[in-house]
Amino acid sequence: MTEENQRRVVSVIVINEASVLSRITDLFSGRGYNITSLTVAPIPDSRYSRLTIVTAGSVRVIEQITKQLHKLIPVLRVYEHEDMVEKEMAMIKVPITENLSDINILCEAYNGKIINTGENTIIAMVTDEPKRIDNFLKAIKRYNPKEIVRSGAIALER
Amino acid sequence: MQISGAQMVIEAFIAEGVDTVFGYPGGAIMNVYDEIYKQDKFKHILNRHEQASVHAAEGYSKASGKVGVAMITSGPGFTNAVTGLADAYMDSIPLVVISGQVPMSLIGTDAFQEIDAVGISRSCTKHNYLVTDVKDLPRILKEAFYIARTGRPGPVHVDIPKDITAQIAEFDYDIELDLETYKPHTKGNPRQIKKAIEAIAKAKRPLFYLGGGIINANAAYEVRELIQKTGIPAVETFMARGVLSYDDKLLIGMLGMHGSYASNMAMSETDLVIGLGVRFDDRVTGKLSEFAKNADVIHVDIDPASISKLVNADYPIVGDVKNVVSDMLEQVGKIDSENYESWRETIINFDELHPLTFHEDSERLKPQWVIKRVGELLGDDANISTDVGQHQMWAGQFYPFTRPRQFVSSSGLGTMGFGFPAAIGVKAASPEKTSINFTGDGSILMNVQELMTAVEKKIPVINIILNNNFLGMVRQWQTLFYDKRHAETDLSVQPDFVKLAEAFGGIGYRVKTKEEFDAALKDAVEKNIVAFIEVIVHRMENVMPMVPSGGSLFNMMLLEKKGDK
Repeated sequence: MTEENQRRVVSVIVINEASVLSRITDLFSGRGYNITSLTVAPIPDSRYSRLTIVTAGSVRVIEQITKQLHKLIPVLRVYEHEDMVEKEMAMIKVPITENLSDINILCEAYNGKIINTGENTIIAMVTDEPKRIDNFLKAIKRYNPKEIVRSGAIALER
Repeated sequence: MQISGAQMVIEAFIAEGVDTVFGYPGGAIMNVYDEIYKQDKFKHILNRHEQASVHAAEGYSKASGKVGVAMITSGPGFTNAVTGLADAYMDSIPLVVISGQVPMSLIGTDAFQEIDAVGISRSCTKHNYLVTDVKDLPRILKEAFYIARTGRPGPVHVDIPKDITAQIAEFDYDIELDLETYKPHTKGNPRQIKKAIEAIAKAKRPLFYLGGGIINANAAYEVRELIQKTGIPAVETFMARGVLSYDDKLLIGMLGMHGSYASNMAMSETDLVIGLGVRFDDRVTGKLSEFAKNADVIHVDIDPASISKLVNADYPIVGDVKNVVSDMLEQVGKIDSENYESWRETIINFDELHPLTFHEDSERLKPQWVIKRVGELLGDDANISTDVGQHQMWAGQFYPFTRPRQFVSSSGLGTMGFGFPAAIGVKAASPEKTSINFTGDGSILMNVQELMTAVEKKIPVINIILNNNFLGMVRQWQTLFYDKRHAETDLSVQPDFVKLAEAFGGIGYRVKTKEEFDAALKDAVEKNIVAFIEVIVHRMENVMPMVPSGGSLFNMMLLEKKGDK
């Protein structure tokens, strides 16, 4: 078994009830597991919510994470993704004095565009794989972004 | 029927067959206590501290196999009970613990005796509930009992705001539970079981590694049959004491940090570990990379998360150990017990080389003698509880256990103060047996107020205090690993334990000789009231063998042979 830490995406289907999110995050903190990002929203027309957790650990740790998640009473299903489509969104706020056409072209390369313009700043959004979002955020630095927000990843098994 | 939330709690208890509730009243739980006052279907035992209520419920559960029930109030009542919840969680003891909460309208306002109880209990219970609508209460109570006793058992905490217990709603306990997200896996995979049997048949030095899960699953007698039919030797964890009878020829002994030499060597030499209801605890395995190094591992457990958590299982079998062992028994014909003859001889040789024993001392009683002596005098007629420390390990090593559920101890959490209240619970569940609590001069003071409970409810627990004027186990580590710097472990200043017992209305004895001990125990059993028997024992006795923390199981510190010095 490899002891190296590797990035993993885990999706968890849980009953949408009070304190269920704490049960999940308490499990991670209590057992010393790592959460890189976490997104959660209700699944339409059901009593369930779906969480997407990006985590890292050795094979043994990841196996424990999925098993321990399964043990929680309100957890219906845990997917440890192997072959998935993964997307993340980012929004940036940039001074309106920057080169907007360059920014727009850059955003388009990452499935995005300028979505709002204000008196002093504009807001742009992109949607792409988390690794590509990293690249986008590096590239956008030269335009002096004032604020950056990332959504955390969501994923679906192919 | 339309009843109040408080009445629902009572009706649920009755429907679940609860006959004993341990608890302590207070403001937020008063509505429920009012209903307890009005009923006569079950008895309530008033402990003198909420921690003791939960430990008593644990003892009751362990001795009876039923779900233990405790009831406490909000705030400090609840926080006092947390240690008990954590203890039950670590040892997989099924409990339902009901706590009062401030009324819904006050939650979140830092009200008097308010604390976020479910926030605290989340990490030390199998599941918990904050009831926010009285209409949910019947379902929640039924789920709580169901979740506590099924799968890997554990404590379930139900927090009920005071106004909910006063509100009226429909009570129907015959509802079908619909737990789509909770479906414990109880039947072992037949293909895996077949493979495991084939592996056993091929092995030259197989070893049963028996754990507390066998007792939880009520599978001890099936396991006894499997061991007898296969002729394969077995080691027990501390949690599993009593699965096999002490005089079973195939029982090598207890393994682990204070396991016998033969048990630990057998585990180090085996080529196939057959783990039943175990979890490869660090106190059992020692250094993981050296644990059963040359062995394949069969691991049967109801909790999938226990399998391959610490030691990789070559034959993982998720299921109730009773079902799996029954399935194994059907194929037991494939295993020839003759194959293991030389393996059994090897183990006998290990045991002859370093048997589990101790040296008598002419001046002071040895604690091990006391435990053996109680075994000789009471044996199967006693249920045994312990506190935590040296006495606990000696009880595990030297008491002649004959049956499952005879032994109750705080194993996983190691809670000092567990023994006395647990022994009260044991006695409540099993009044026909003598309830003995082996304890130390440190541990007994951690729930000594239970003298009052035992006197009031006439629960004649006999506490045998092995008094070495030390926090003995910590002192042992200080002696061995901290160059004899006995920091804050010297308990030379002590209460008069005899007078202490008498002050509450119990009986006390102080003994220094074998004759005095025999007489005191006989008298305490006859008097049939709660007793302290304080035994002055050798101060510096160490628990041996010992695998130093993090060391390999086969590298044991051993009892010095007589004349070695």
